[in-house]
Amino acid sequence: MTGKTLYDKLWESHVVREEDDGTALLYIDRHLVHEVTSPQAFEGLRLAGRDVWKRSSVLAVPDHNVPTTHREAGITDPVAKIQIETLDENCRAFGLTEFTMDDIRQGIVHVIGPEQGATLPGMTVVCGDSHTSTHGAFGALAHGIGTSEVEHVLATQCLLQKKMKNMLVSVDGEAGPGVTAKDIVLAIIAEIGTAGGTGYAIEFGGDAIRALSMEGRMTVCNMAIEAGARAGMVAVDDVTIDYLRGRPWAPAGDLWERAVAQWRDLVSDADAVFDKVVRIDASAIELQVTWGTSPEMVLPVSASIPDPAAEADPVKADGIRRALDYMGLEAGQAITDIMVDKVFIGSCTNSRIEDLRAAASVVEGRKVADNIKLAMVVPGSGLVKKQAEDEGLDAIFRAAGFEWRDSGCSMCLAMNADRLEPGERCASTSNRNFEGRQGQGGRTHLVSPAMAAAAAIEGRFVDVRNVS
Amino acid sequence: MQPFSKFTGLVIPLDRANVDTDAIIPKQYLKSIKRTGFGPNLFDDWRYLDPGEPGMDHGKRRINPDFVLNKPAYQGGEILLGRENFGCGSSREHAVWALTDYGIRAVIAPSFADIFYNNSFKNGLLPIALSEAEVDSLFTRANKGDGFSLEIDLEAQQVRSGDGDVYRFEIDPFRKYCLLEGLDDIALTLQHADDIRAYEARRQAEAPWLFATH
Repeated sequence: MTGKTLYDKLWESHVVREEDDGTALLYIDRHLVHEVTSPQAFEGLRLAGRDVWKRSSVLAVPDHNVPTTHREAGITDPVAKIQIETLDENCRAFGLTEFTMDDIRQGIVHVIGPEQGATLPGMTVVCGDSHTSTHGAFGALAHGIGTSEVEHVLATQCLLQKKMKNMLVSVDGEAGPGVTAKDIVLAIIAEIGTAGGTGYAIEFGGDAIRALSMEGRMTVCNMAIEAGARAGMVAVDDVTIDYLRGRPWAPAGDLWERAVAQWRDLVSDADAVFDKVVRIDASAIELQVTWGTSPEMVLPVSASIPDPAAEADPVKADGIRRALDYMGLEAGQAITDIMVDKVFIGSCTNSRIEDLRAAASVVEGRKVADNIKLAMVVPGSGLVKKQAEDEGLDAIFRAAGFEWRDSGCSMCLAMNADRLEPGERCASTSNRNFEGRQGQGGRTHLVSPAMAAAAAIEGRFVDVRNVS
Repeated sequence: MQPFSKFTGLVIPLDRANVDTDAIIPKQYLKSIKRTGFGPNLFDDWRYLDPGEPGMDHGKRRINPDFVLNKPAYQGGEILLGRENFGCGSSREHAVWALTDYGIRAVIAPSFADIFYNNSFKNGLLPIALSEAEVDSLFTRANKGDGFSLEIDLEAQQVRSGDGDVYRFEIDPFRKYCLLEGLDDIALTLQHADDIRAYEARRQAEAPWLFATH
């Protein structure tokens, strides 16, 4: 018998029953809920007279719409206010745990789950948000779902699913100096494309992934969806277990020992067979900057903007032309000649303490360039913010001219007041550079926290290793 | 959900790859707590020349005459023709609600993003994957703007043109059944409540920390 992949093991341990055509009822251990994709699901429960199946599986938090300044004054946007109040009311009515806006534990749903130990190895984790793939970093099966599925999980604790195919992305060898998890995942997306992972669960492996901290692994799994894969995951090791020990929702005492013993098996067997294997040489990965309107439109910072005339595929050539037009860029232009208007350090991809430390180390003792209209740091949670302040990072950012904000999704998707104006160009540590993502007409370039910090200091994209 | 029945609809060609859910329904409209009313904001950034906000009178906005949805030849279209990786990006079901609210009943493309694909079935919207070559030929015909229509027959798993071309598509039997019958899958799942409880009992013995309360 051939061995099992990590995904096979997670899948098999959660199948409640299976139809003849392979459609399975998959049991869900943790259901994370936020204000944007849940109100219609709760309304559906009410209309059908249904209750929540397992209250203890739910952790709710408002994050997409919350203001990142003057929170004590409440929400001024009346529509957003209704949505957040609706979440509060739904959690009260159905008896669900919620970290409300004034709770220090509030933050981006994909930051607080792991931070609390609410995400554990071996779990199935869902949330009405595509970046739920983040939680796969813990050897969990985690993916985004739509609102109808949110309602389905609330009512039944299960999802109707077909098994995905297995893909291994192995990043072999050692990454070069200054190359971060963000550069690694952008390089993976460059390699396999934004649809390369469609239909697959991706396991990220190899020495360069093993060498990452939990924060780094979360950054990589977070962007599995940008490669088309609903779920990304990393096998459990000491790094995973050390991160979780002592977290508020993690098991303790004898249960902890029992859990760890089980979690040690959450790795792909040596003889496991993957449907697809992609190998990437870590030493060849450079610092990445996206130039277009899809995450696969990404290049090393030392490169120049591509020429659509050199693309043979007419649909792709048209895509490049459209992207250059939207982004206000010329074929052949050096990436280091692109001037930046705003800098955003935050999002479920890069707003954890390690990200803020990396950015602060670039910024320390320097000033934001004169052409930068706004440089902002939005910590991923109230607890990340507090830790950063305890370490003095806020003082470093403020002294350099950055704004230091409260936690939330903020300018990653610009549902709150934090957004780009038409034509503004942003160095952003978020995950999507789609047209209008950060504000209508806004131009997004995805980079790592260190590269965003360097762009703020220099006013344009630079190789952070050359910032003197 | 309404049962999905056979219909013939005008085809709207949206000739770009990687159409993401941010483009289908921009974020400012996600603040709604309803499932309806998203149609006027479908493809908002492409459809209108002025910036849109919730609560605006969309009849008074400046429309982009070059965008396919605004061309007279495609008014009343019910079938959207797209390119590869349609519906990529965010999990927002609002993207599907915007399409159905506008009147779209089927989307034809060479490939779909997984979450969008799933969400479509929950709302009676049929995503149909055809080959690149088939989609190319449909674009050639739909781009003429002369009322090119297709018949969608889910029961037979066929797309048929008026002049006799037949394109067969694949679909999971269970999804097909649910769409044809218009079934509520929560009710279906709850028929297996005993299986779910049995699973929980077994799992709780193995891994009690998964059942802790906080």
